[in-house]
Amino acid sequence: MNKYYLNHLQELEAEAIYVIREVVAQFDRPAILFSGGKDSIVVTHLARKAFWPARIPMPLIHIDTGHNFPETIEFRDRLVEELGIQLIVGSVQQSINEGRAVEETGLNASRNELQIVTLLDAIEKNKIDAAIGGARRDEEKARAKERFFSHRDEFGQWDPKNQRPELWNIFNGRKRMGEHFRVFPISNWTEMDVWNYILSENIPIPSLYFAHQREAIYRDGTWLPISEYTELRAGEKIENKLMRFRTLGDITITGGIESEADTLEKIVNEVAGSRSTERGNRSDDKRSDTSMEDRKRQGYF
Amino acid sequence: MELLRFTTAGSVDDGKSTLIGRLLYDSKSIFEDQIEAVRKSSERKGLQHVDLSLLTDGLRSEREQGITIDVAYRYFATPKRKFIIADTPGHIQYTRNMVTGASTANLALVLIDARHGVIEQTCRHSFIASLLQLPHIIVCVNKMDLVDYSEDVFNNIVEQYREFASKLSINDIRYIPISALKGDNVVNPSAHMPWYKGASLLDTLETLHIGSDYNHIDARFPVQTVIRPHDNEYHDYRGYAGRIAGGIFKTGDNIVALPSGLSSRIKSIDTFNGPVAEAFAPMSVSITLEDDIDIGRGDMIVAEDNQPTETQDLDVMLCWMRAKGPRPGAKYFIKHTSREVMGIIKEVVYKLDINTMEKITDDQNIKMNDMVRVKIRTVQPLMVDEYRKNRVTGSLILIDDTTNETVAAGTIQD
Repeated sequence: MNKYYLNHLQELEAEAIYVIREVVAQFDRPAILFSGGKDSIVVTHLARKAFWPARIPMPLIHIDTGHNFPETIEFRDRLVEELGIQLIVGSVQQSINEGRAVEETGLNASRNELQIVTLLDAIEKNKIDAAIGGARRDEEKARAKERFFSHRDEFGQWDPKNQRPELWNIFNGRKRMGEHFRVFPISNWTEMDVWNYILSENIPIPSLYFAHQREAIYRDGTWLPISEYTELRAGEKIENKLMRFRTLGDITITGGIESEADTLEKIVNEVAGSRSTERGNRSDDKRSDTSMEDRKRQGYF
Repeated sequence: MELLRFTTAGSVDDGKSTLIGRLLYDSKSIFEDQIEAVRKSSERKGLQHVDLSLLTDGLRSEREQGITIDVAYRYFATPKRKFIIADTPGHIQYTRNMVTGASTANLALVLIDARHGVIEQTCRHSFIASLLQLPHIIVCVNKMDLVDYSEDVFNNIVEQYREFASKLSINDIRYIPISALKGDNVVNPSAHMPWYKGASLLDTLETLHIGSDYNHIDARFPVQTVIRPHDNEYHDYRGYAGRIAGGIFKTGDNIVALPSGLSSRIKSIDTFNGPVAEAFAPMSVSITLEDDIDIGRGDMIVAEDNQPTETQDLDVMLCWMRAKGPRPGAKYFIKHTSREVMGIIKEVVYKLDINTMEKITDDQNIKMNDMVRVKIRTVQPLMVDEYRKNRVTGSLILIDDTTNETVAAGTIQD
């Protein structure tokens, strides 16, 4: 092995930094879509590295469903403070109040799909022309078809069958007025890569990812945390569990796993030995074979 | 752990998706819930077996039609390497997807149906791999189970392919008899083919030498953006941010900024984790210089004693990617590294018949999926290298100035 060699994490990092710099160079009003989950935390970390010693030259956008884990909000506010950059919050509750979005009802109701309206409104209102996200191609089969630079029409929609070809590392960010791009710098990373990178860079992440005691119920094959929104069904009983979360979405739909992994090293080992995908605990993806594609076409993350 | 990117292509029925499904499954990169979902879908469709192609065909219309429409990217890792697969459809109208998949790959995996031997589709994919200068090809002769695992059948196909490949510019070609469906020689050696003494497919993917696939000779640094912090601590900091496209840069190196031609020396090579003494392709860094010279996006910092060609006249092999051919006299945005200039296609020199590799000189009409040798004239100069020397500084795309679509991709020829 010669000394002019990058390992796979270094190569993925170099690629992601290159993509983020292309966004800032090609667009007038870019922003980072920040969910408080590990993937958007990694993207924000990469943006910091891309422009050091300057600050990240764009704001973070957070779509607040009103059903967040409180830990996520605390983490977000601390990070924004530390980075010294602007935070734009789009509120799903406000979209509902204004009649722009309608709350789902029924047993499996969630605000997951409602975020699409709030997200597109926030992009339009703030005239964002490129929204950087932390989606990865390995997460889901519709996402496997995504470009790094993904075009959205004036209604914010994705047309998976008619995407621009993307060759080498040459990215075409040209667009008409009112259209925008979604950009995915960590497209080529897997869940394992993200965890290994967090470990090697020692990136702070919300406490929810580490094993902790929590009240939960077992529903649809996952441990669902008890919150003020929980409605118990017949036969369900609340248990106190040592658990952690592999992904973070709304508190109403994000299930956790039983785990004793309370350090990054232990998490990496646990993920490496896992036999199910991280989104397996997300009820939003279980609705149908193509539920991600259907949401993405409309403008989802 | 190294990263190996490879591309696959295949016809509708030659088992490409099954092979990828098999690689993911046997290397334990597929999770139980994914297999469970595929099992359920297969049952719903009334299939007798678990259809592993459902793992890769993600879009609604792909699942309905049972074909792959777009390039899909797949990931798996073994303790030795991480792999990225660009999985491309093989139907005749999808040359552009094959070119796209090949553009970022080190290796092409070519599938041949043992019952049919070398067909047009095989040649087309191999030829594209050669045009895009992939250093390695692995030829998998698939469905060996359907020809009684016959050594003669395998040898005949290898002979057929060798004859065709003598016209390609690829040095490293390997041949493996497999059955993707039954798993022979995919991950584990086959008990059915004791006559085959070579390595299994996965073993080959894990061990083949890719260390010299990047250009570490010709120092090239296209500037993406300029970093100027404007705060007290870094008040006068002016860092040129970019990704090294070739060669090695060291602190103290004499450089020239192109196209201005102004010289300076490298003062520092910075990263968030601290300065480095040297940087090489494909690292992302920011470079500061001893002198305050005017450099911005689209400029290129290069070694003073090894410079690219600066020119407004380019010889290019184009792959046309849109349904409509070029309008007469149309101007295009030409994107090359971080530089974007206007240009026109001045002349069609010849078209390539992608199946026979023959040059066609009496047809100037460019259509979707055509490979054409053209002369391009640009308004401002580009700093270029031949594609076979450097895939970053030797490649470009054409963007239609009215629709903003990427209409063609090109490799720079000498």
